[in-house]
Amino acid sequence: MKDMPRPVFLAAGAYTVSLGPGRREFNPRAPRPGLDHYIKAAGQAVLAQISDPGLIDEGVIGNFMAARFNRQGHLGSLMTIVHPSLEYKPALRVEGACASGGLALATGIKSVLSGLAEVVLVMGVEVQNTVKSLYCADYLAGAGYYEGERKGGPAYFFPGVFSKRAGAYGARIGPALARGAMARWYRNAVENARLNPEAQEHHNTVSDLLAQGLTPPNPRNFTEHLNLFDCSKVSDGAAAILVASEEGVRRLGLGRRDVVEVAGMGQLAANLTVPPPDLAELTTCKRAAAQARAMAGIGPQDPGVFEVHDCFTISGLLSVEALGLAPAGGGAELVLDGATARAGRFPVNTGGGLVGYGHPTGASGVRMAVDLWRQLTGRAGAYQVPLAREHGIMVSMGGDDKTVVSLVLRR
Amino acid sequence: MDLDTRLQNVAVVGAAGKMGSGIALLLALELGYRALESPDRTFILNLIDMNDAGLQALVRYLRDQAAKDGERQINRLRSLFKDRADLVDNQDMVQEFVFEVLLRVRTGRTMDLARESLLVFEAAFETEEVKHAIYKDLAQRCRPEAFFLSNTSSIPLQGLAQACAIPGRLIGYHFYNPPAVQKLVEVIQPRDCDPELARIAFDLAGLLRKRTVPSADVAGFIGNGHFIRDGLYAIRQVERLASKHGFVPALFMVDRVSRDFLLRPMGIFQLLDYVGIDVFQLITGVMTRYLGEDLHSGLLDRYLALGVKGGQGPGGVARPGFLDYRKGRPTAVFDPDTKTYLDLDGPWAKAAADWLGPLPGALSWKALQKDPDAGAKLAAWFQAIQGMDTLGAAMARSHLRASRETGINLVRQGVAASPEDVNEVLKLGFFHLYGPINDYAQGERP
Repeated sequence: MKDMPRPVFLAAGAYTVSLGPGRREFNPRAPRPGLDHYIKAAGQAVLAQISDPGLIDEGVIGNFMAARFNRQGHLGSLMTIVHPSLEYKPALRVEGACASGGLALATGIKSVLSGLAEVVLVMGVEVQNTVKSLYCADYLAGAGYYEGERKGGPAYFFPGVFSKRAGAYGARIGPALARGAMARWYRNAVENARLNPEAQEHHNTVSDLLAQGLTPPNPRNFTEHLNLFDCSKVSDGAAAILVASEEGVRRLGLGRRDVVEVAGMGQLAANLTVPPPDLAELTTCKRAAAQARAMAGIGPQDPGVFEVHDCFTISGLLSVEALGLAPAGGGAELVLDGATARAGRFPVNTGGGLVGYGHPTGASGVRMAVDLWRQLTGRAGAYQVPLAREHGIMVSMGGDDKTVVSLVLRR
Repeated sequence: MDLDTRLQNVAVVGAAGKMGSGIALLLALELGYRALESPDRTFILNLIDMNDAGLQALVRYLRDQAAKDGERQINRLRSLFKDRADLVDNQDMVQEFVFEVLLRVRTGRTMDLARESLLVFEAAFETEEVKHAIYKDLAQRCRPEAFFLSNTSSIPLQGLAQACAIPGRLIGYHFYNPPAVQKLVEVIQPRDCDPELARIAFDLAGLLRKRTVPSADVAGFIGNGHFIRDGLYAIRQVERLASKHGFVPALFMVDRVSRDFLLRPMGIFQLLDYVGIDVFQLITGVMTRYLGEDLHSGLLDRYLALGVKGGQGPGGVARPGFLDYRKGRPTAVFDPDTKTYLDLDGPWAKAAADWLGPLPGALSWKALQKDPDAGAKLAAWFQAIQGMDTLGAAMARSHLRASRETGINLVRQGVAASPEDVNEVLKLGFFHLYGPINDYAQGERP
C-alpha cells in the first residue's frame, strides 16, 4: 500500500480498566468477569458515543489466546453481544499474538478502504487472569515458535526472550546504563498510569519507583537481565474504537474535531521460525514505522505523541530507537534525559503503556489507538499532554518483533 | 543400609492427622523428585491411618501441594523433563510431577502396609497408650532393620522403645506445625539409639531442608518443656488477676501482653487453642508423670469438661477454645461461668486494654519479622518497657522473667545442651523473634 486510497478516520474510542495484580479491586481468589463482560463494556462504551449503533457495518475483534485462557473460540460471533444491530453483519476475529489488536485495526481500515464498509467497530480483548502466571507464560509462549523454541526455552518464556534482548542491549551500551534506562522507563510508565484511572498501576503508591526499577534481576527465580518491574503484568481488559470513512463520519454525526485521520499504516510479518537478525534492534518495528511515516509523509520526530509496545521495559527502549527518535544504542540516554516522559519532547505511552496501563494482549493495539485518539482530540483527561504537533504514531508488536502494525494518526 | 536405600520404602502411621499429613507431604515430594532423578528405582510411601475420609482428604492435599511445589520448582522440573518430548508446557510438567508423586503413594488402614518399610514415621495421637499399641504392632510386622521415627512432642523415647521391643531402633523426630512450613525438627536420641539411625535422622533433615536441634530424652523435650510451663504461667497470671479485674478481662490481658508487649506471633492463649487444650492437657499429664513436677491445671480440666478444646478443623480453621476466631483472628473470649463468648469489641475489652496502658511504640511481630534492624529495635522496645510504670509493662517484665527462668532451667537440667538451642527452638519452632534466654529483663530479680 503506497498511499491511503481514501481518507479513513478513527472515532469514539474507549477501553475498560486493565484488571489484574496492582488494582485494588483485584482479588485472585474471588470470581471475576469473563470475556463477555469486557467485550460488552468496551463495545458499549463506544456505542454510547454515537447516535445509532445500527450505523455500524461490520465488526472486527482482535484476540490472541481466548481458546486457552477462556476455552472460547469463535469471538467474531461472540462480539455481536455488544448490540443486537450487529447480528447478521460481517464480524471476524483476527490473531497476531500481542499485535492482534493492531491487526484488528489494520483489518478494519482495509475494510473501509475497500468500500464495502463505511463504519467498522474494531475491538481487542484478552482475559488472562484465569490461570496462574506460570501457566499464562505457557499460553503466551504461543507467540513464539512453539515447535522450535518452547521445549528448550525457559519456564517464563517471553520474559526469557526479552531478557536476552536486554542482555544484548546491555552488552552494546553498558549494562548499568541499560538497567538505569529500564528503571526510568518503569518510573515514567507508573507515573503516567497514576493519572489514568483505568490503568492497572493507577493505585501504585510506591515513592521510589526508580529504586524499585533498579532491583537486580534474579536469574535463579526469573530471568538474567529483567526483574519483575520490567514486565507488563497479567491483565484482563478490552478496548474498542470505530474506523470510518468520510461518509461514515458524516453518518455518525461526528465533527472533524471528534475524529483523527489514519495518515499512514505499516503492517508487516517476519519469519517466526528464525531468530531476529539483531537482538538489540526491533527490526520489524523499525520497518513498519518507517512505512507508516512514509505514507503519512512525516519524519521520525514529527509526531507529538507516541504509543509503543513496552511489553517489557527493554522493548520500550528498543522501540524508541525503532521509531527513529534516537540512533542505535541511543535510546537509553534519550529516556534517561526525560525526553520520553510526559513533559518531554517526545511523550511516549502517556496513559501508562503496557507496563503502566497493563497488557491485555489482544486489546493492547486497540488501546494504543484509543490513547492516541484521546490525546489528539484533547480527550485524555488527567493524562492529557499539551500537543504542539498534529501527528501521533503507534507501533503494535506481536511476539518477538514478528507481527507489527504501525499507524500514523493526524488530528 | 544407607538413607537412599531406606527412602525406597517409607511409611507414615497416623498420616491423616495434622502433623502426619505434613510429614507425608514432605516425604511424598522428596520421593517424587527422587523417582524422577532415579527412574530405575522404585519408591513407595505407605500412608496409614484409621480414618478413611482423612486418608482421602490427605491424597487431595498431596495432589494440591505437589502442584504448588512443582510450580515453585518449575526450573528443576524443566531440567528433569528435558528429554521427555511429550512434556513441553509448564502445565504438562507440573501435572506429570503430581502424577509421579501420587504414583508412589499407597494409603490404607492396615499397619501391614508398613511391613516392607525401612523408615517408619509415626505421628499418632499424643498418648502413651496409643503409641505403645502402635509400636508393639509395628515391632511384630516390620523387618528387623526397620527404623522408627516418632513425632512425639513429649513422651520419652527410651522407655517407649524398651516397652515395645524396638531398642535402639526408635528416635524422636519432632516436627513443628505445619511440618511442610516450619523449619525446625527437634531430634531426641534415646540412650541406646543406634548411631546409624541418628546419622540417618540428621541427614534426612538436611534433605527435607529442616534445621535440627538435639534435645535430651526428657519428657516435653525443649519445645514443650518451655511451652507447657509458659502456658501454665499464663494461666496462673489469669487466676491471680481475675480476683481484681474479673476472669475474662484477665485472660484477655495476659493474652494481649504476651502478643503485643512481648511481640510474639500470637497470644499465649491463642497458641494454646492452636495446639488444642486437650493436647496441651495430655502433654502436661505425660510431663507430670515423668518429671515429678506438678504441671496439672484445674482450669484446663474445667474447659475440657465443658467441651471447649480449641484445635483446628478441616483446612486448618481455628476452633473455639479460650478465644473464638473469625478468619483466624481472635474475636471473643470464653467465659466459663456463663459458657458464652464475650466479643472483643465490647466495652469490657476497652477497659481491660486501658488497665494495661499503652504499648511502648508501634512495633509489631509481623513488621519486625523481615526487618534487618530487628535486634536493635527489640532492645530499645524492652528497654522502654523496663522504664514504664503501667500494669501492661509490669506483666510483660514478669512474663519475660518467667520465660527466661524456664529456658535457663532447661539448660540446667540438661534437656537442652545450650541456651542457644533453647532460643533456636523458640525462634524456629514458635516463630519468636528472640529466644527466652535474653537480656531484655536485665537488672530485675527473677
